[in-house]
Amino acid sequence: MRAAQVGAMTRPVFSRRGMAVLRPVLTCAGLVALWGALARWGHVPPYMLPAPDAVARALWSGRAQLEPAAVTTLEETLLGLGIGVGAGSALAIAMALWAPLRRWVMPMVLLSQAVPVFALAPLLVLWFGFGMASKVVMAVLVIFFPVTSALGDGLRQTEAGWMDLARTMGATRWRVLVHIRLPAAMPAFATGVRMATAIAPIGAVVGEWVGASSGLGFLMQTANTRFQTDLMFAALAVLAVMTVLLWWGVDRLLARALYWQPPHADID
Amino acid sequence: MTPPPPGIRLEGVGLDFGNAPLFRGLDLLVAAGHMTVLLGASGVGKTSLLRMIGGLAAPDYGRITADDDLPLAGRVAWMGQQDLLLPWASVLDNVTLGARLRGERPDLDRARHLLGCVGLADQAAALPAALSGGMRQRAALARVLYENRPVVLMDEPFSALDSITRARMQDLAGRMLAARTVVLITHDPLEACRLADAMLLMAGNPATITSLAVPEGAAPRPVDAPAVLSAQASLLRRMMQ
Repeated sequence: MRAAQVGAMTRPVFSRRGMAVLRPVLTCAGLVALWGALARWGHVPPYMLPAPDAVARALWSGRAQLEPAAVTTLEETLLGLGIGVGAGSALAIAMALWAPLRRWVMPMVLLSQAVPVFALAPLLVLWFGFGMASKVVMAVLVIFFPVTSALGDGLRQTEAGWMDLARTMGATRWRVLVHIRLPAAMPAFATGVRMATAIAPIGAVVGEWVGASSGLGFLMQTANTRFQTDLMFAALAVLAVMTVLLWWGVDRLLARALYWQPPHADID
Repeated sequence: MTPPPPGIRLEGVGLDFGNAPLFRGLDLLVAAGHMTVLLGASGVGKTSLLRMIGGLAAPDYGRITADDDLPLAGRVAWMGQQDLLLPWASVLDNVTLGARLRGERPDLDRARHLLGCVGLADQAAALPAALSGGMRQRAALARVLYENRPVVLMDEPFSALDSITRARMQDLAGRMLAARTVVLITHDPLEACRLADAMLLMAGNPATITSLAVPEGAAPRPVDAPAVLSAQASLLRRMMQ
């Protein structure tokens, strides 16, 4: 009886998985409630801060504009992500195989991070035009460094014992890379890809702000000049949801690829 | 069929640690086809010496050769303190790692047979994370056996195991590695007395190597054999001096 009572007292109301879903939902609901209270009672004019219900109405009424804009931004983001991850990985692998390349190229990669991508956007639009290419290049520039850096670090930190073992087995450098160093670097690489996924849409949207004829960034810019703040917020909400869903999908894919790693919940 | 095991010749081998000599002028012949156990305090240079024999580090002085005058490279298998199993690869893939690293086609039947020999036949498809410490070391031993090298270098391979599992692993390793040239580093006097065909104590600064008497009987000796227990006690006493 006593044990049963203790068990009932200590048993959580929600499962771990349930809490993982509930936490962000509650956080978002809290933020929206705060936003609603500020819009209603904070004496802020609607053209500066529309109420959540006004944004919801704009989401519905502006769906004909929002949907193609979201598709454009998603395409730019996915292309940028694919090319950025591919190019960043290729450079990291090349630097791991050939140390002089790392000494020559890494300072340039670091330098590229010192120049704000926002400052480069007008130049990229000038060079690559108003179409998709300039936005994809922006996204690639934004994600290139985290991917290269994460995979490079992972490749350099291979367990010394594995390298010794491989040497006694008569392994070639290429096969050590394929069978040991790359798989061992996957957790670090996954961290870089997760970060890249979260920031890739920023690159695309910044490119659209500077010069585009479609996309969520372009829609936000247009809505801003017309004082359609509710539509601007609606575009922002679509961008946020799109980014979260993209991140979640990539995170699931990476978790599946890293099947030997304990799930996040175990690490917490 | 394992190639005939060579003896290992150390001639004037020396290594410096910073500006200070760790050991100098070591001359030694590790007997072919025997298990030579190397004992000594931590930091005396045992692992450095083993790494040199394995070709993983170069001596500052002297040379290490096989007594058949053929190169040692390619004839050495390594088993460390950690099992060094790749966590993303199945037990079977870990056992055949060497073949894949050399670009050879893995002999899966032989690998499965060896897993059976070390009692892991049912675990071939398991990931290392699903194995206990003892099972992981048995998988590492199967990997060594798969390499089929005449020289096996072991750096405290059983030190992380509990005493029962360690004793079983000693029996298994003693049986499976018989007739190969094995150099085993250990801190455990009982392990040394059970497995050694030849016993060496590395001590001093700079370190020198002294040969010690080995208990009677063929290795692996029973854990409760009076000769083993007596030799263990005197060895421990000597190591504490």
